[in-house]
Amino acid sequence: MNKLQQAFANGKAFIPFITAGDPSLVITKELVLQMAEAGADLIELGIPFSDPVAEGQVIQAASIRALSHGITVDHIFNMLRDIRKTCNIPIALMTYVNPVFAYGIDSFLRNCQETGVDALIVPDLPFEEKDELVPFCLKHGVYLISMIAPTSNNRIHLISKEAQGFVYCVSSMGVTGVRKNLGSDAEKMVKLVKEVNDIPCAVGFGISTPEQAARMAKYADGVIVGSAIVKIIEQYGSRCLPHVIEYVRMMKNAITEGD
Amino acid sequence: MPKGRFGIYGGQYIPETLMNAVIELGEAYEFFKSDSKFKAELNSLLKNYAGRPSMLYFAEKMTKDLGGAKIYLKREDLNHTGSHKINNVLGQVLLAKYMGKTRVIAETGAGQHGVATATAASLLGLECEIFMGKEDTQRQALNVFRMKLLGAKVNVVTSGTQTLKDAVNETLREWSRRVKDTHYVLGSVMGPHPFPTIVRDFQKVIGQEVKKQILEIEGKFPDVLVACIGGGSNAIGLFYEFIGEPNVRLIGCEAGGYGVHTKKTAATMAIGKIGIFHGMKSYFCQDEYGQIAPVYSISAGLDYPGVGPEHAYLHDIGRAEYVVVTDNEAVEAFEYLSCIEGIIPAIESAHAVAYAIKLAPKLNKNQIIVVGLSGRGDKDVASIARYRGVEIYE
Ligand SMILES: Cc1ncc(COP(=O)(O)O)c(C=O)c1O
Repeated sequence: MNKLQQAFANGKAFIPFITAGDPSLVITKELVLQMAEAGADLIELGIPFSDPVAEGQVIQAASIRALSHGITVDHIFNMLRDIRKTCNIPIALMTYVNPVFAYGIDSFLRNCQETGVDALIVPDLPFEEKDELVPFCLKHGVYLISMIAPTSNNRIHLISKEAQGFVYCVSSMGVTGVRKNLGSDAEKMVKLVKEVNDIPCAVGFGISTPEQAARMAKYADGVIVGSAIVKIIEQYGSRCLPHVIEYVRMMKNAITEGD
Repeated sequence: MPKGRFGIYGGQYIPETLMNAVIELGEAYEFFKSDSKFKAELNSLLKNYAGRPSMLYFAEKMTKDLGGAKIYLKREDLNHTGSHKINNVLGQVLLAKYMGKTRVIAETGAGQHGVATATAASLLGLECEIFMGKEDTQRQALNVFRMKLLGAKVNVVTSGTQTLKDAVNETLREWSRRVKDTHYVLGSVMGPHPFPTIVRDFQKVIGQEVKKQILEIEGKFPDVLVACIGGGSNAIGLFYEFIGEPNVRLIGCEAGGYGVHTKKTAATMAIGKIGIFHGMKSYFCQDEYGQIAPVYSISAGLDYPGVGPEHAYLHDIGRAEYVVVTDNEAVEAFEYLSCIEGIIPAIESAHAVAYAIKLAPKLNKNQIIVVGLSGRGDKDVASIARYRGVEIYE
């Protein structure tokens, strides 16, 4: 059974993103375990990639740090096996399509299934190309998450109809990264999705403060925060754990209060 | 074949943020490519501004010296701005203008595509920003200043390997920030559909002219076409008109760098594997986990870890051959052509010249080789001097 629904079952979901292997896989594992304790509902774990075109500087730098330690997809699956001994939190892997393709799509998804990965987020695999992975996702019981953006307009309908698990609403144009001002597009996007599909919507890209998260949570089912957390990891390195955990608690509180 | 596919290659592997932009581009292109006003304006620009048709020049001394096939040079180096890049750029910038865009952005490796884009933008009145890897801004410093002179803003890319692939990454990122008023003028037959098709269509004039010119001069088709391959735009431009002529051999020359047995190479077909990157399925230099490999060539314009999807297809069906030319062979050809014909080729084009030098003596005297001389070598003089140990400053 896929655990993804669990993530949206207790009120608004807080979804932290971290890059696997930054600053080390040992810390990544601890981060997953402790963020789960601290109130994270779903963890988005990034597979580092050499050329992450949808990423801003913060997550690009995390990818480079992880790759410079020689982190590979196999190391990450091994870490997930370890995590699954004690922790059942829903996990989504974020990866560019080439690492999946190079690994062998079927083997990659078989490993996902074995290690309890619930969903894949592949930013460079739009609706038109999703059949590259969908048959294998179905075979192995992993959701391929659909993304919609402020420029999706007429496409929202098309994409939402076939979406599974949850819909990832990209709240700002451009790449990932902390932003002072978030547009108001996300609210409209969520509405349009819900018109065609009764599916959870999580909003991400640019969110960093509790106020922003609370505002997004008013109409979204979940809030995804990446760069703000990766920045803390960058700042504190192997001593990042207490700082990240404190941040996760604060954000989860912020989105729960308005509930 | 489905739209935007060349066999299994091609496609549209880009973030959702950009999907409507490429769809809009595809629709606009389909509309304007048969619009008589657009066509007339583009043809006039190609003729009166770029200087087309470009000459097909019989390299008589070179032919004699090599003692084999007749060698003709398709002189794209004589185009305005000094390379074939202007063909594509005039088409795309004009299209952007017809689409109501007010700003263009582009990546550049050698700087030739950046210079061409800045040129077309200044002529047609669009704002222009160029993204160029830091390493390339150093080895092609003159072109950086040239772009600025033409009114473009040049952004130095310091991520990754600081070369062409990183410049593409950064231009894609910038496009996803600002699609409404901005068109991305992609510089080669790569990226997501419709770019490989659009760029090929704007470059196929090269081969169309060759067909006409060679029939006039020789009364028959060439036996071999040779061109260098970065993303593959000058090569497909030369080849396309002849794909349906099975007796014409098509040979693409990849940049071997120090050689394919070393890590310092950019010969994608020779060492790459099928992958998905920069919006397309094609061949890429990558490690076993699908991380894109750092590549190397003395030539900034060929220093790219991928190749256009149509070339991947022509490779697989055996219609075109792809060979490797090393730095050293290219530099020797650069010097050879300069001495023997008084033509200084771009170091990119010198890769094609190098292969023609090898091939010509093996063919007989009534056979014909047409070499795509994609650009002129002024931009490379300082770096070739440095390669030979002479420290000159531009
Ligand atoms: C003169 C010249 N030739 C060839 C190339 C390689 O590009 P393509 O393979 O798209 O023709 C470049 C790229 O910068 C160039 O400047």
